[in-house]
Amino acid sequence: MSCNQRDSAEAKKNDVRLNGKKCSWASYMTNSPTMIVMIGLPARGKTYMSKKLTRYLNWIGVPTKVFNLGVYRREAVRSYKSYDFFRHDNEEAMKIRKQCALVALQDVKSYLTEEGGQIAVFDATNTTRERRDLIQAFVKENAFKVFFVESVCDDPDVIAANILEVKVSSPDYPERHRERIVDDFLKRIECYKVTYQPLDPDDYDRDLSFIKVINVGRRFLVNRVQDYIQSKIVYYLMNIHVHSHSIYLCRHGESDYNVEGRIGGDAELSPRGRHFSHALRDFVDEHKLSDLKVWTSQLRRTIQTAEELGVPYEQWKILNEIDAGVCEEMTYEMIHQTFPEEFALRDQDKYHYRYPGGESYQDLVQRLEPVIMELERQGNVLVICHQAVMRCLLAYFLDKSAEDLPYMKCPLHTVLKLTPVAYGCKVEMFYLNVEAVNTHRDRPIGKIPKDSSLIHRRNSYTPLSSHDQVKRPRLYSAGNQPWLPLAPTPSALMPEGLESQEALCEGITYESSEESGGFVCF
Amino acid sequence: MKHRSPSEQHHGKHPRVGDCVAAASSTAQDGMEDKNASTHRELTQNPLKKIWMPYKNGLPEKHISQRKVCMTNCPTLIVTVGLPARGKTYISKKLTRYLNWIGVPTREFNVGQYRRDFMKIYKSFEFFRPDNEEGLKIRQQCASAALNDVRQYLAEDGGQVAVFDATNTTRERRETIIQFAEQNGFKVFFVESVCEDPDVIQENIVQVKLCSPDYTNCNTDEAVEDFMQRIKCYENSYETLDEVLDRDLSYIKIIDVGQRYLVNRVLDHIQSRIVYYLMNIHITPRSIYLCRHGESELNVKGRIGGDSGLTTRGKQFAKKLAQFIQTQSIVDLKVWTSQMKRTIQTAEALAVPYEQWKALNEIDAGVCEEMMYEEIQESHPLEFALRDQDKYRYRYPKGESYEDLVQRLEPVIMELERQENVLVICHQAVMRCLLAYFLDKSAEELPYLKCPLHTVLKLTPVAYGCKVESISLNVDAVNTHREKPENVNVHRSAADALQTVPPHL
Repeated sequence: MSCNQRDSAEAKKNDVRLNGKKCSWASYMTNSPTMIVMIGLPARGKTYMSKKLTRYLNWIGVPTKVFNLGVYRREAVRSYKSYDFFRHDNEEAMKIRKQCALVALQDVKSYLTEEGGQIAVFDATNTTRERRDLIQAFVKENAFKVFFVESVCDDPDVIAANILEVKVSSPDYPERHRERIVDDFLKRIECYKVTYQPLDPDDYDRDLSFIKVINVGRRFLVNRVQDYIQSKIVYYLMNIHVHSHSIYLCRHGESDYNVEGRIGGDAELSPRGRHFSHALRDFVDEHKLSDLKVWTSQLRRTIQTAEELGVPYEQWKILNEIDAGVCEEMTYEMIHQTFPEEFALRDQDKYHYRYPGGESYQDLVQRLEPVIMELERQGNVLVICHQAVMRCLLAYFLDKSAEDLPYMKCPLHTVLKLTPVAYGCKVEMFYLNVEAVNTHRDRPIGKIPKDSSLIHRRNSYTPLSSHDQVKRPRLYSAGNQPWLPLAPTPSALMPEGLESQEALCEGITYESSEESGGFVCF
Repeated sequence: MKHRSPSEQHHGKHPRVGDCVAAASSTAQDGMEDKNASTHRELTQNPLKKIWMPYKNGLPEKHISQRKVCMTNCPTLIVTVGLPARGKTYISKKLTRYLNWIGVPTREFNVGQYRRDFMKIYKSFEFFRPDNEEGLKIRQQCASAALNDVRQYLAEDGGQVAVFDATNTTRERRETIIQFAEQNGFKVFFVESVCEDPDVIQENIVQVKLCSPDYTNCNTDEAVEDFMQRIKCYENSYETLDEVLDRDLSYIKIIDVGQRYLVNRVLDHIQSRIVYYLMNIHITPRSIYLCRHGESELNVKGRIGGDSGLTTRGKQFAKKLAQFIQTQSIVDLKVWTSQMKRTIQTAEALAVPYEQWKALNEIDAGVCEEMMYEEIQESHPLEFALRDQDKYRYRYPKGESYEDLVQRLEPVIMELERQENVLVICHQAVMRCLLAYFLDKSAEELPYLKCPLHTVLKLTPVAYGCKVESISLNVDAVNTHREKPENVNVHRSAADALQTVPPHL
């Protein structure tokens, strides 16, 4: 079931249930767009949560966009001088800041009502009741739902780390000394503290829907969850953690079917595939990945690959390769000959195309959602999977669109190391120097995927009375341009690094000798 | 679903959480020698579950330390906290049912039941007074007897989660439990239910407590009065889970029947699943209607799977279903179908909006799709016999097992818990899985639950269980239910194998 459908499953009655007699405003509307409003002092990880949540929601198919008030403020006031701007008694600045908020809210409105957005994440401090009441009035006027996410943190170490990692590289602070920046930023926080009114679950805010995230996920207070998507958001926020860990993604070693050019099936490894599994063991040894968890699918080629590692591993059925239905075990030429129409349809919209009797990439994303949730919970994990599966997982971490997802480059015998940094994910590629066939089929040139009619293969036919006929576009948080380097390493900004980012997507061959990982930041 | 483990034992222990299977090729201690040896392991497919497993010298490699590998690292003890009539038993039973259904062996231990077994006759609330020393002693004995059984269950009987259902209102009592858990290497997760709304408490007493064996011999008013006194006995010493004092414990506090939740230090996968589940259940009265699609072309031919349309009788059922739904005059009914033609055709006749779930599609019979049982017996006699031997765990070649289906249906169950009135138009195997959840049926019973065509089941939650009404809409249909045959041996004759196949064209 697609997310849109699930979304439309929002229970109107739930609202009545949860809000009891005091049920108010937009919550009676089913499937009304939702505004997620962040609350918290500066350096409480609001932007981190906003971006991550947005990435997740887009990935599961709910069009979501971040509106970061800081970006609007910097637009309005080109040069930042000092924390003075944030003093509550700086009347001129207060006026500018409120104006920025109003402009941002207008953008939220057009996103949710005209551009097909379902969720807008309003990333600002929103520390005063006055500001929150303003937002609520706005939400009521437009019949949106609102869900507050407050981040409370009183651990000075966590705050200091956050300032150093994220804020120092902010455009507010070009060419300055570190200490002065931290100092200015701490003063900025103080400015907000004067007027900060945390959510009050017992009295003033008891009727609001919100989650309070306390001390980076040690504790959560959840109040009046209204619907499916809010419960999904709560579950996600409760599962993400910020410990440093790396995720290693690779495909199984080359299989006999890979060599023959056949898709799907449950073939064994080719001799080169076995060679890769040895190389993978050496890789794991060399990188001293001691407490590494290893996950495979339930297909033989991934299990054979894992067997060589000599460590315990887990088999997940939901990591199995995309089910190509009637096309299983065929070569592309055979499909082209036997099912020419299917072949053409798939090229038109590879993400939504569902094989007859099989799956689409969209189905696969739904199926993989529990894997993502568990990856967020875990420490170091090596996932030995399959081409389509790896593309879906990678698209989550790198925030790739539905259009690019099915064309991401995931070559055989190559390990990707993903390490979360600041607001994104650092990717290193390790080609293990074992030759393999290329299984990547590029996006056909000349075929324009856009504006083509939509292919929603229900296993049978699409009925008329179903209310989920409109495919919502997957939209991205474009309103929140990454203005800062996402990793502390300067090489992150090297153009060749950016090129290899392209290589994941566009079919530029990536050349790398063993272990000299393409070091890319996103 | 209790007792899922017995027949598991043929295949060694398998983790039951998620879709994962753990295999360990060597442990750290085994060192290099074993690592080299591991190259001689061959993969062999388990014929029943179609899972690739490492074999050595023709024998399956032991799945060592699967608990350490899998997501539930060590057994978990769930401890309820709260005054009487706060829905602790409701939560315990429901959670136990859910965990068993998703495949985590779970059992609840209700201390009240131990007390009733111990003292056959309940007199009055006096027993619970804090100054009743004899009462106190008995209650303590009951608690330790229950904990002993918990230890037996988790340490020896293969249980993964035990739900310890008692008031546990004092920090001292909880400390004892924590120590007990530490000694045995169990994780502890507290579930506290806090409720101040007198209406909710009153409702709970009337709904549940009056039917309790404690109150068989007294009238309603007396019983309510006595129970209110009983609550009072606990109120003075009640210490709620505290944000500061209990900051290191893992717990969820459910406030006012799900208005608010406080969640502290969720440690692992299973705890996070429990929290998610508890945050999605509600107690608003409602009904869930389950039915299959109308009779399909392939039903009539005695073929399984496929994606055929409805027969004339099937279409007639769809019309009758529309009438039935109208006469029931259900508030805000949601209609869900699978993405298969026969359920969608059935829903179309209702002329109401509906949603299609791919997760509700019929079990994938893999290579056996669209075949008659007679044909399966002829072309895959071994598969056919294996399926009869363990229908729940048997996976069709390139298809699914009932066990797979339950995993696939988990989001449907979660959403059903969140919703109120829903009509689910689904398929035989899918309906069996959903029904097993609501009626707490074992893995052995599940694949043989009777879900005939053209019959609506109305499920209404009552007290700790579910009331079922079966409504036949009086439209003839073929029988598609195949009972387990007597002979499940792989060498049985075709006649034996086909003994229970229902008649068809």
